[in-house]
Amino acid sequence: MQIQTTQDDHRIAKLAAFAIALHMVEALLPSPIPGVKPGIANIVTLFVLLRYDFATAAWVSILRVFASSLLLGQFLSPTFMLSLSGAVLSLAVLALGVRLPKQYFGPVSLSILAAFAHIAGQLLLVRLWLIPHAGIAYLIPIFALAALIFGVINGLITAKLVYQHDHQPDYEHQSLQ
Amino acid sequence: MSASFKAIKKLANLVLTSMRIGDWFILLAASVGIGILFQSLWSTTHAAKLQIRMGDHVHALYDLNIARDVHIHGALGDAIIQIADGKARFAKSPCHNQYCVHQGWLSRTGQAAICLPNQISLELIGEHKPFDTLNY
Repeated sequence: MQIQTTQDDHRIAKLAAFAIALHMVEALLPSPIPGVKPGIANIVTLFVLLRYDFATAAWVSILRVFASSLLLGQFLSPTFMLSLSGAVLSLAVLALGVRLPKQYFGPVSLSILAAFAHIAGQLLLVRLWLIPHAGIAYLIPIFALAALIFGVINGLITAKLVYQHDHQPDYEHQSLQ
Repeated sequence: MSASFKAIKKLANLVLTSMRIGDWFILLAASVGIGILFQSLWSTTHAAKLQIRMGDHVHALYDLNIARDVHIHGALGDAIIQIADGKARFAKSPCHNQYCVHQGWLSRTGQAAICLPNQISLELIGEHKPFDTLNY
């Protein structure tokens, strides 16, 4: 049996592979505070959202969460659930965020909003399922600060990538010639 | 020296070219929001009063600035609660585990020590109570 694949499927697979690679790199890096991660794989999600469309970005983001958890042996574990809840909520916020006027709100805005949505999704799951105790409110400021810092950095990187992408010759097109 | 200067210049250039007015606005709003979060969730205001509960009723309310030892007769026997320098603790308790004694000094608003066997609990109260109730 052969599965028919389209050009879009190939593009999604290629971009998801980038995101998975970044996720793997991040999994190897030690974190000074448990739970605080830069979330560099989200750069790919943002880039895809800005250069392609929301559907492609959602595919890339969700595929990345599933495939990375399988590779790291975390599938269906709390780590995976946290990753998924963060990704889903940040996609929901990005779906609304792309409607913001482009001349005022760039990649940095989207990145900050997505980062906040990410930790909101994770903290919500922690509060409802893993640690049902009001004490985790104590951690909210730390995670929010980390989200803002990494949100800005990831946003700036995305802005640079988008700019380069727009000002460089199309490699795929070139290779065909 | 000049290499790092170049890198900073490059970064500043990236920030200036890619950040739009709305981005700055969101950055500012988020910073203010985080400041408020830190202030509201990490408030370490010193408590003013000690509330002692016995069973289901409030037994007594003491000022934390006046040092004293409070002797209370609980369900198991006599407990001593020490108040000094704006702090309070279980100094002695007849209970088996001594969890309440090991918890040590309480000084921040909202902190509590509970001795279940002896049915005595301490709670520090500030000028403003940070939350209504605690459930265990």
